[in-house]
Amino acid sequence: MYGSGILRGLGVTLRHLVNTYVEDIRWGFRRHIPNEAFPQRQGLQTRGIFTVEYPDEKLAVPERFRFIPFLVVENYDHPERPGHDWCTSCGICAKVCPPQCIWIVRGTDPVTNRPKPEPEEFFIDIDICMNCGLCAEFCPFDAIKMDHDYELASYDRTTAHIYNKQHLSKEFNYWKAIAPTRAEEEAQARGGWDHKDVIKQREKEAKAQAGGPTRPTVTGP
Amino acid sequence: MADQSPAVETVNPVDDAINHLIEKFGAAVQRDTRDGYSGVIVDPAQLVRVGRYVRDTLNYEYLANAAAVDYLGKGDHLEMVYHTYRVSGGPALVLKAQTPREDAVLPSLVPVWPGANFQEREAWDLMGIRFDGHPNLKRILMWEGFAGHPLRKDWKEAYYEQDQKPFDSRWPGGQVSRSEEHNAYGKNVKYPDGFTLDDYESLAEKAIYDTMPLGVDVSADISTDRVVVSLGPQHPSTHGVFRMVAAIEGETIRGLEPVMGYLHRNHEKIGERNTFLQNMPFTDRLDYFCSLSNNLGYALGVEQLMAHGARWEAPSRRAEAIRVLMVELTRILNHLVAIGFMLNDLGAYFTPLMYAIIERELILDFFEAVTGSRMMCNYMRFGGVAADLPASLRSTANQVNDRVREFDTMQYLRELIHDRLPRAVDQTDQLLTTNEIVTSRCIDVGILSKEDAIAYSAAGPVLRASGVPYDIRRAEPYSLYPELEFDVAVRYHGDIYDRYLIRLDEMRQSLRILKQILPILEETKGQSFFSGRGGIYSPRVPAGESYGRAENPKGELGYYIVSDGGQNPWRYHVRAPSFINLTALEQMSKGNKIADVVAILGSIDIVLGELDR
Ligand code: SF4
Ligand code: SF4
Repeated sequence: MYGSGILRGLGVTLRHLVNTYVEDIRWGFRRHIPNEAFPQRQGLQTRGIFTVEYPDEKLAVPERFRFIPFLVVENYDHPERPGHDWCTSCGICAKVCPPQCIWIVRGTDPVTNRPKPEPEEFFIDIDICMNCGLCAEFCPFDAIKMDHDYELASYDRTTAHIYNKQHLSKEFNYWKAIAPTRAEEEAQARGGWDHKDVIKQREKEAKAQAGGPTRPTVTGP
Repeated sequence: MADQSPAVETVNPVDDAINHLIEKFGAAVQRDTRDGYSGVIVDPAQLVRVGRYVRDTLNYEYLANAAAVDYLGKGDHLEMVYHTYRVSGGPALVLKAQTPREDAVLPSLVPVWPGANFQEREAWDLMGIRFDGHPNLKRILMWEGFAGHPLRKDWKEAYYEQDQKPFDSRWPGGQVSRSEEHNAYGKNVKYPDGFTLDDYESLAEKAIYDTMPLGVDVSADISTDRVVVSLGPQHPSTHGVFRMVAAIEGETIRGLEPVMGYLHRNHEKIGERNTFLQNMPFTDRLDYFCSLSNNLGYALGVEQLMAHGARWEAPSRRAEAIRVLMVELTRILNHLVAIGFMLNDLGAYFTPLMYAIIERELILDFFEAVTGSRMMCNYMRFGGVAADLPASLRSTANQVNDRVREFDTMQYLRELIHDRLPRAVDQTDQLLTTNEIVTSRCIDVGILSKEDAIAYSAAGPVLRASGVPYDIRRAEPYSLYPELEFDVAVRYHGDIYDRYLIRLDEMRQSLRILKQILPILEETKGQSFFSGRGGIYSPRVPAGESYGRAENPKGELGYYIVSDGGQNPWRYHVRAPSFINLTALEQMSKGNKIADVVAILGSIDIVLGELDR
């Protein structure tokens, strides 16, 4: 029959409409109560519409989500070096960055005038950054990580969009909070929660104390 | 459906063909003996004859790619490279022709392969090779007021800093500045000598309108003037900033010319400044619906080169399985959205598209958790992928009003592939296939014949809907495809309706592939996902050329890459399916009504990021 195809199609739209209300009624018109409701209604099982009403509600981003990088600094309550940069200003991130939006001024020791493993300054032009994540992928010191904060709108791009070191720095605990699984994997690879160099330094000292050769020091329970 | 088994041959068919050519043409055809190169170098004077012979006698009737290379300082000539294929499958016969950089002229191959039309215009525009006998040789991506040919190695852009990245100014003395602050051209524009803006308007438009078949037709009952109608560049149905200039008689199309380049950013020049790895995230920006497929094509191209070098290990089985998983999911989301947009063009404003986007969101949720981004995935690496699949798709709240979700990865995939997506495909089928408005607008409209489809180098769904069962996954298989079971979808009418149906077929075949991938993912759990050495941001790529091609949702995506052994590609050319598929647009539209052109364009499925590059 001519028109039956259209009717079939309208059947599909009708089903969508009804399903959306069925879901609403099933969950009592509340999207977030109880807590299990949200993943259900925002997942594969849902039959209805699942618009998120930004900015009143937002989807939490997954761990690997990448937005503008930040620089990891030692926890602010760290006993030995609070707020110390993890970055050693090795320059790898600046070399690997595809649009070349990282500028690093390598630190120099004022006494010896030799380079020291700390950046004097660190800039990222966030207008140019393409959020590719290569800098974080290739930093050998886990010192630059991709952030989850995507709300960066500002009124003037010419004054506010070149981030300096101070603006970029966030303590290590923040990274642990936004990406717990990855932070743990990285810590395992480093051999501890501390910075690579700190761990190395400690091992060296322990070795020196034990006076012996390469035997690992065993501490009591 | 036609099953196309990979050709099994004992003699290398390309070698055979080359011997034939040398026998027939003698000194006019010479093997390309440069290290890492293949194919033959043809004497320009004989190029057209050789082309004809290659097409008609040797049966390499499909010209996939035509790219120009500037060998400045390496022989100081320009070179056109043509990749020709047999539609029955198998590797490429590569033809090359060289011409001096000053006064670069080559004979046009458009009479042999009409599909060379836009590609030669591109080579003229960006590389400055003139093609003798080209029917419409003018700039295609740039405008007339553009000075120079930007892909020449000695051409420098307004924000020129250095030939190759990484730039020295970034480290260790990184004094930050904006590039526009030291703009070499002042206003960022440099005009050719003798060019003034005063008469520009007429100049550019005249060039387009001149080629249009105008005039008064007095033989018809009602004498009608032919008029030229410009659709776009900002038109809701042109899929972005794209323009068509159509000559119409009454409502019937007599001639049509696509006008493009509004989104041009010279992706290829950027690519040649970049290191090999730095190009990976840039490929995301080509066809931004299918960033993962773009990644794969590029990885294939560079891996071909790296395979010649020492210390190369092919990607593990797990890496390949993950790659196939990602690109087939991409195919499904692309086709859903493509159908949605096509229906938009037909006037079904947004309902089908929104249904497609619902499903797409669910796939993007998965991409985001695995790769870190919904659209700009930057996920493939040379020798594998950037990270393994996570155990769970998990998020942590860290902003105000965040709502948390967590799914087990494999569980999510199983449900998606076995339940959710098949239902979505069936629903699209139900919603549209028998709809009388769709059938009456689509059947027998915008026909592209089988012969034309091959001649115009159409690719992907457009080619297969015209009755050519050519799919690179079978014709020149890569990754895990040889062991996966699926049929090459093919339809025979070549009209809009078949181009719609073939996308449904392909989605169903993709689901079939995905169902076979799931057990492979389970069984390879724990295998490495990257075969290269970790932490190497500038892997050594041996000198030579390679053409990495992948069957993208929109058609053949090819990367022609030339390496000189350094850390940056010497030449990086993208064969964009959206761009080349448009060559046949005029052919499809002629004789149809102007309202149908919009639908025809929708059925080709273009994306401007890739089209304009
Ligand atoms: S790669 Fe890491 S350590 Fe090196 S400069 Fe960049 S942030 Fe600092
Ligand atoms: S995310 Fe990419 S573009 Fe941004 S700073 Fe890092 S490397 Fe550069």
